Amino acid sequence: MSKSLKLFGAAALASGGALLVAYNFADRNIAMVPEDVTRMNGNADPDYMMMFAAAASDAPADGPLELGRAATGEEIAAWDKDVSPDGTGLPAGSGSVEVGEVLFSENCASCHGEFAEGVGNWPKLSGGEGTLADDDPVKTVGSYWPHLSTAWDYVNRSMPFGNAQTLEDDEVYAIVAYILYSNFLVEDDFVLSDANFLEVEMPNAGNFVIDDRPETEYGRFSGEVCMSDCKEAVEITMRAAVLDVTPEDEDAPATNVDEASVEIPEVVEVPDANIDPDLIAAGEKVFRKCKACHQVGEGARNRTGPHLNNLLGRRIGQIDGFKYSKALTEMGDMEKSWDNHSLSDFLEAPKGYAKGTKMAFAGLRSPEEREAILAYLAQFSE
Amino acid sequence: MTIRKTPKGASRRAFLTSAAAATLGAGAARAAGDPLITEIQPWAQGFGDGVDATPYGLPIEYESDVVRRNVEWLTADTISSINFTPIHALDGTITPQGCAFERHHSGAIDMRKQDYRLMLHGMVEKELVFTYEDLERFPRESHVYFCECAANSGMEWAGAQLNGAQFTHGMIHNMEYVGIPLRTLLAEVGVKPEGKWLYVEGHDASSNGRSIPMEKALDDVLLAFKANGEALRKEHGYPVRLVVPGWEGNMWIKWIRRIEVMAGPVESREETSKYTDTLADGTSRKWTWVMDAKSVITSPSPQSPIPHGPGPMVITGLAWSGRGAITRVDVTTDGGKNWTEARLASEGKAKALTRFYLDLEWDGAEMLLQSRAHDQTGYVQPTKDQLREVRGLNSIYHNNGIQTWWVKADGRAENVEIS
Repeated sequence: MSKSLKLFGAAALASGGALLVAYNFADRNIAMVPEDVTRMNGNADPDYMMMFAAAASDAPADGPLELGRAATGEEIAAWDKDVSPDGTGLPAGSGSVEVGEVLFSENCASCHGEFAEGVGNWPKLSGGEGTLADDDPVKTVGSYWPHLSTAWDYVNRSMPFGNAQTLEDDEVYAIVAYILYSNFLVEDDFVLSDANFLEVEMPNAGNFVIDDRPETEYGRFSGEVCMSDCKEAVEITMRAAVLDVTPEDEDAPATNVDEASVEIPEVVEVPDANIDPDLIAAGEKVFRKCKACHQVGEGARNRTGPHLNNLLGRRIGQIDGFKYSKALTEMGDMEKSWDNHSLSDFLEAPKGYAKGTKMAFAGLRSPEEREAILAYLAQFSE
Repeated sequence: MTIRKTPKGASRRAFLTSAAAATLGAGAARAAGDPLITEIQPWAQGFGDGVDATPYGLPIEYESDVVRRNVEWLTADTISSINFTPIHALDGTITPQGCAFERHHSGAIDMRKQDYRLMLHGMVEKELVFTYEDLERFPRESHVYFCECAANSGMEWAGAQLNGAQFTHGMIHNMEYVGIPLRTLLAEVGVKPEGKWLYVEGHDASSNGRSIPMEKALDDVLLAFKANGEALRKEHGYPVRLVVPGWEGNMWIKWIRRIEVMAGPVESREETSKYTDTLADGTSRKWTWVMDAKSVITSPSPQSPIPHGPGPMVITGLAWSGRGAITRVDVTTDGGKNWTEARLASEGKAKALTRFYLDLEWDGAEMLLQSRAHDQTGYVQPTKDQLREVRGLNSIYHNNGIQTWWVKADGRAENVEIS
């Protein structure tokens, strides 16, 4: 210990001038490595790195400063959980799609949906096949992820969200098996294990290239630039204020003029000649039966039930941040939307129309009531 | 440059409502003089706060709008989310920790120094555990570096979307770090010849593991425990974070707990499903670690309009490059027909923010403001359209295209795209 301290003192003295020069002109980091002063001084260039790498690997068993302590096998095992694409790090175990479906529903579905299709802004884990070249690619485990190890590793290490590292190895296998199933990559009787792990083919595995900007971009984006009379005319082609998605600056002083406004879509109440005001008034009364769970109108948010703004024409069971029953989510997945007809049928007998819906409401038996409430809700749909 | 000595009246400052009262007051009192000068003010008569009032200070209340903001619709919740540095309201280059953007994948965790452990293991001679105290005994270095999220400006790929430099370019901060070079620790454990990659992860529940090639680790990566002179903030990885100069912020592992020397990359979630750049043909780039040269005018900008009429004004902004130092920044006021070289506040430093100024005599006409950064490699910041020609619209990450602010005659600015 005292020996290395002395060495370091000498190094600092001897190399001070060279270090300063290197800092000022090379703009490079200089390692304050005690044991190899001459090498360090003479090599403020990339070679230094290579030599240091060699020095590091040649380092004697007792390191330069002898700080820290040996990690125990148990400690390493407790933290070293990563799994590599070749399966290194994968523990022995197995899990079936069947078991995975139950585990997924219990642990994952509140964010990722019963079919791993994603709820609201939470990640979609299934679907998206063939969309990567589209304007809005859907990147899921099935459509995008190149390695199955990544899914196992991430579920094991970082999921469930808010309760990480609570799943048993076999449970992780089962959940990953279910995610594969939800992407139609395996059959419903599939059992994933450490033995067959590498046999699963990930469809998008071959479609990644290592950063090629040096070849594809750096030449193109370098060189002389035009400084005057570079173009004849300039037109504004797009404006952020039109899109209007910037958060409001509530605390800002008056100088912060911000043309953007709200995040929640505004409800445009356009009077429609075809709609009878009396009918709307009647509908408003009927809506009292719904109010305990549903909000509608300006500032409406999801409560026990989803908000009902823009309900007509809206995809069934797809409002961001609301956890629907499987029944309604599935209808939405089949591209079904709410219209006067489907809403009327649903409201007449909710559990008959959508078996398994969480909406605990007996229904509106009277056609007049249904007509009225539809008229009322239509006001809040664009 | 002429400095105007008297206000020109309320109409010119119509949208400056907070200043309007003062302006009217000044107008009425103009003959006699400004009451702020002619009348004894309370602060000139009584006491201010004693030295025991603020053991650790926050900005004065009049700066309460200079704060991080988030964009609710971007993410499903605020635990795994991001907020934005108020770059429109800052000057100089150092970002105060208190308003430097945060990105968490599982929230900012609360960890005491005495509970901190760092493990280095894998293809090394000695697998070691260090405490925080151990780390403080290694020789330290100090460097200023920017940290930019790969997704900074990502919402702008398809077109002008968010109205404010804070939102379009605020996933960046720039701090003076103190820490230990990673190569020092690697020398301590002794890397075996087959060790070519590191896998680094944090203590938090997301762990946010990333693979880093050995070459970078031996070059300039730091384990930092101080920023801007004081301990890291909780939200930036207290007590120890990784600093990976010039490379995307996701690799700057916070609350770093484990460094495994490996033969190959882990291809973790954050380097496959995320932080990969999808091109127009559906293929994707991976390992796009370096942040290319970029710049933005921070003022005037949508959140920082011109509060006065024609006359002298300062255009200012930031430029940076993950590939070295900024050597030059050009500014245009006419949408790119003509450019002027801006003045750098100080010589560009590698992988750190550079402040630029253009001192302008504004004629009060509309402006289409842009800035264009050059770095020491000869790279010139491209336009958004140039980037789209190569990458299409779906890359999400690494959008370093030129930003346009449309400044109107009344001084307001808007995020736009131009031909």
